[in-house]
Parts: sequence; C-alpha cells; structure tokens
Amino acid sequence: MKWRKKQRAAVADTGDLLRTVDRADRFSASDLVTEATSDIGSRPGRLVMTILGTVLGIGSLVATWGFAQTAAGQISSQFNQVASTQVSIEPETASFGENSGALGRIPWDAPERLERLAGVEGAALISEVSLAEGAAITSVPLNDPSAPSRSVPPVRAASAELLDVVGGEMQTGRMFDDGHDARGDRVAVLGSRVAEKLNIARVDSQPSIFIDGTAYAVIGIVGELQTHGDLRDAVILPTGTARHDLGLVAPGEAIVHIAVGAGPQIAEQAPLALASEDPESLKVRAPQAGSALGNAVQGDVNVIFLIVGAVSLLAGGLGIANVTLLSVTERTGEIGLRRALGATRRQIAAQFTVESIVIGVLGGLIGAALGVLAVVGVAAIQQWTAVVDPFVAIAGVVVGALVGWISGWYPARRASRIEPITALRAGG
Amino acid sequence: MTALVELRDVTRSFPGPPEVQALKGANLSIDAGEYVSIVGPSGSGKSTMLNILGLLDRPTVGEYRLGGTPTSDLTEDQRAAVRAQAIGFVFQSFHLMSRRTVFDNVMMPMTYSGVPRAERARRAEDALDRVGLGHRRTFFPGTLSGGEKQRVAIARAVVSDPQLLLADEPTGSLDQRTSGEVMELFEDLNADGLTLVIITHDQAVAERAARSVRISDGRLSEVP
Repeated sequence: MKWRKKQRAAVADTGDLLRTVDRADRFSASDLVTEATSDIGSRPGRLVMTILGTVLGIGSLVATWGFAQTAAGQISSQFNQVASTQVSIEPETASFGENSGALGRIPWDAPERLERLAGVEGAALISEVSLAEGAAITSVPLNDPSAPSRSVPPVRAASAELLDVVGGEMQTGRMFDDGHDARGDRVAVLGSRVAEKLNIARVDSQPSIFIDGTAYAVIGIVGELQTHGDLRDAVILPTGTARHDLGLVAPGEAIVHIAVGAGPQIAEQAPLALASEDPESLKVRAPQAGSALGNAVQGDVNVIFLIVGAVSLLAGGLGIANVTLLSVTERTGEIGLRRALGATRRQIAAQFTVESIVIGVLGGLIGAALGVLAVVGVAAIQQWTAVVDPFVAIAGVVVGALVGWISGWYPARRASRIEPITALRAGG
Repeated sequence: MTALVELRDVTRSFPGPPEVQALKGANLSIDAGEYVSIVGPSGSGKSTMLNILGLLDRPTVGEYRLGGTPTSDLTEDQRAAVRAQAIGFVFQSFHLMSRRTVFDNVMMPMTYSGVPRAERARRAEDALDRVGLGHRRTFFPGTLSGGEKQRVAIARAVVSDPQLLLADEPTGSLDQRTSGEVMELFEDLNADGLTLVIITHDQAVAERAARSVRISDGRLSEVP
C-alpha cells in the first residue's frame, strides 16, 4: 500500500526520532478493518436505519431478477404447458465406422431414481421392442406363411406410470400396473389406431392379440395423448414382459414429467442420478426457460421492477452517505484524536470508506437474502418453481459494497480533511 | 548534547482580519528528561504552543527542531509517523472513545505507532498497571471517575513509549484531590526518564514542575 511506503521513507528521514518499524506492524489491512468495523454495531438502531435503503434496493433488484427468471418459466408454460414440463433422457449414441451404438445405458430403476429429484412429478421408461424377422401381430392365432406380409405395428415396452407422464387417458379398460410389470404378465395395452386395425373395440372380455404367435391379453385401449402421439399406433407391453418374452436388453428412453421451470435444473441432475460414473453418456432433452414471446412480455415488467430497484438503491446510497457524513461530524473529536495519535489523512479516509463499504455489504447481504426469500415465497404461494441464479445473490452483495464505497467517498474525504487541532477542540 | 525540543524565533500568526499573532518570536529549549510547565492565562497562546510542539501545526516563521531534526522539512505523513512514535498527548477533556473499553482505548495508538502485534496486549496491560487501573480494563469510560479517565488517557499516551509527553490542562476537569494524584503520576513518569511538557493556566500545577515557562501575549519568559 502506498502509505506504508511513504511511512517507511519517513523512518529514513527523521533520524533517531523514529524506530524502525516492520511494515506489517503499522496500520495493516487487518488493523484497518478492525478499526473500521468495531464501531459499526455500537448503535444498532441507527445501523438498521442506515442499511434500510440498501436492503430495499438490493432486495428489489434480486427479487426482480428472480421473479423474471421464475416467471419466464411460468409464462412459457402458459403458451406451451406440456412441452415445458417434459424431459426425456436417452443414451448418447456414437458411430464407429459403419456401426453405431449407445454410449450409455439407462438403468431399469430409472423412474425411482428420477422421482427422488426435486421438481420431478413422475417418470417412466419407454423402449422400442424389435420383433424377430417376419413376426406378425394379429388378433387371431393365424399361422399362414402364404399370407401377404402386412405392416407390423410398432411394439413399445413401458413402465406402468407411462400415461401419467405423457398425459394420456384410457379410452377403455385399464393400464397395466407394476404387478403386471414385475411378474412379466402377458398383457398389452393398445394405441387407439392399432386397436382399430386389429378390430378390437372392447376389452371387457379380454381379447387376445398374438405377437409372433404368443397370446397377450388386451386390458385397455389408450385414447387421448398430450404428447407421444406415436403411441396411438403402438402396442404397449409392460417392460418386464418385453424383457422376458422379447429379449429387451436395456430401456430406450426415460421420460420425466417435471414442475414448470425445473427443466434446466433437471437437465443437469438427471444424468448424474442415472449414470453418476459417466453422466456425459446420456442425452437430455429439456425445455429451456423462457420463450421469445414470454421474454417479450416479461421484458416490460422487468424494466419497471429494475427502475424501482435502481431508485431504491440510489435512496439507499444517499442514506449511507448521509449517515456516514453525520457520523463524521459526530466523531470529529475521535478523528482529531486519531490524527494526533499518528493516523495519516489516508488512514482516516480509508477507515470511513471501509466502514461504509461494510455497511453496504451488510445491506446487500440482507437485501439479497430478502429478495431470494420473496421469490421463493411468491413461487410457493403460486405453486411455481422458484428459479434464482446464485450469481444474482452474489451480485447483490457486490452491488451493496459498491454503493457503500461510492456513498462513503465524500464523507471519508471530509473526515480526512479535518484538522486535528480544530477537531480536538470541538470534540470534548 | 542536542536538546529534544528546540524552538528558534517561532512565530505563528493566523490570517485575519484582524491578523492574530498567537506566538511571537518564541525561543525554547527542552532537554530529554526535563519536566517543564508552560503557564499562562487563556488566550495567551498556550494551545498554539502545544499544537506546534505536537506537530499538529506549523510555525509561520522560525524553526522547530525535534530530536535535532528540523520539522519544517517533514511531509504530513512523516509528521504523522513522528506523532505516532515519539509524542504522547494528554488532553483536558480526555478524548476517550466512549464505546470502547478502557483496554481498547489504550490499544488504539499502537495500531499507528507500529508496536508489533504480539506485544500490543502486554504493553496495554503494563500501561494500565502503571497508572493503577489494571482492574478497570474491561470497563467503559462512561463508568469511570474523572481522575480514572485521565489516568486511562495517560496510559494511552505512554503505551507507544514516546520521547515527549505533551499534556494540555491535564487537571482542568478534575477536583483538587484527583488533580494531585494525576500530578504524582506525571512526576513518577518523569522520574523514569520521560520528557514532560505540561501546559496549564493553574499556577499550583505549574509550580510542581522542575522548570516553569510563562507565556503571555504570545511571548515566552522563564520563571525563575
């Protein structure tokens, strides 16, 4: 620091008057901070009034930012409710020359693992099942090699929660359950179009279909689907059944129904939950927070909040400046004393600057905390997912320090210019 | 041997109008280890004298040598460093910080004077023991009597081991009995080798010093 160099120079020029002093022992940074902070808490009432403006300013800025992020997810969901609440996870694929293969693997217990994550409302597995060459799906046990080959509807293996996750409803009958899945029961649920093709309209008598000659009892027909419309053309079997009968070796895809706005977070956590040793091996498709239209609407709201925040911050800065100035006037005697005891003008200025920076940081900390709390509180009441970037809270504290620094500049300058003689006479 | 304090034709005038000459061609020489009182009525230039001796003010004309070094060449930072290490102050109104304990008040000057951190607490305790207030270290100044406050201020003035102690009306706020105690403390410090300059309007206080200098209308004269 500059003043230390100057004081060392002083030692050289003043002969025997001064002892040689180790630099570290003379008004070091820790002395500065101790001197500057030891009186801050001595008047709690005044401290509260001083930091109030900064608390409000930083609080409203942090809250604005948080509301903007939270609402961005929220608004986009109003435009695209379903898309913004669905995440899908598949193994990453790679090509090796002419071959291509999956790099990772989704575990069979993926739904249980995913449901433990905050923001996940349901998870299911769905996999494509490939049938043997020439295998047919029919509603009667025909084995007619001379029959013209007909297109075979796709077969999907799924876990029992599938319909909840994709927003589907049964047209008739019921979905299979975890019991069917665990036992590998030969039951099937049909998509509405495949049911039509197979001439199955009612399931109360449990009609059978034959996949490659094996009978499966049809227990339900899927009707409306909000996503995964391709399931209308598919035959859906329990995963356990497909593993047992049709040689399914690994799940193809995990689909997750999430809370609005949780997309980016789930996208980060899901691969870790499913393949902690190699999260890169899984590919996640998650909705991004915000949409162009949503952002445009939100933009206007933000400007208003930001102006409010900036104005409160200005008021907060003026508050700190005012109180620091008052404190300089009140402590004229102390300043004179310190100067008499050997403080330089710079050390006095530094002390008051650090004091107001600390007040600013305190205001920033409390403001940022209140801002985050406000976002979380409103989100909880509205049943939104609160989204607050930790960077915003840190930035709040930094801005608080900056406000303190700027507001302390003038009072500190005034303090450093006080003549010790005048001060010692004034401050009895 | 060079004198510790040497004033040569020092004049200090304050621009007016009307211009006031608080010191007029003052000459004074004080050796290390002396106990000198500067006595005079109010308005005679006592405070100006103290400020110049304490490097809080500069002469308009003339030279002030401290420890043989001409002080007019020193920068503000150098003067601050000399104040921190070589000069101790005691004031009439004590100037203790009311929101800090007695101990912290005594610790404070050492942050500016470069006493090694490891030594500070021990030296503050020694200084308080020396003024007989070791048992009051955790008290706040507001709870002390006037005499005790002044003794804390004296502990604070000597804690950095100065060469010169300047006291401005040190008994001005004390009753007669406590004044006596404080004066005895000064005499003890002087007996240990500390150079002492007491500025006072009180003849009784002035007479206790080994040497007395009268100041009147900005001029100095030795009291025989």
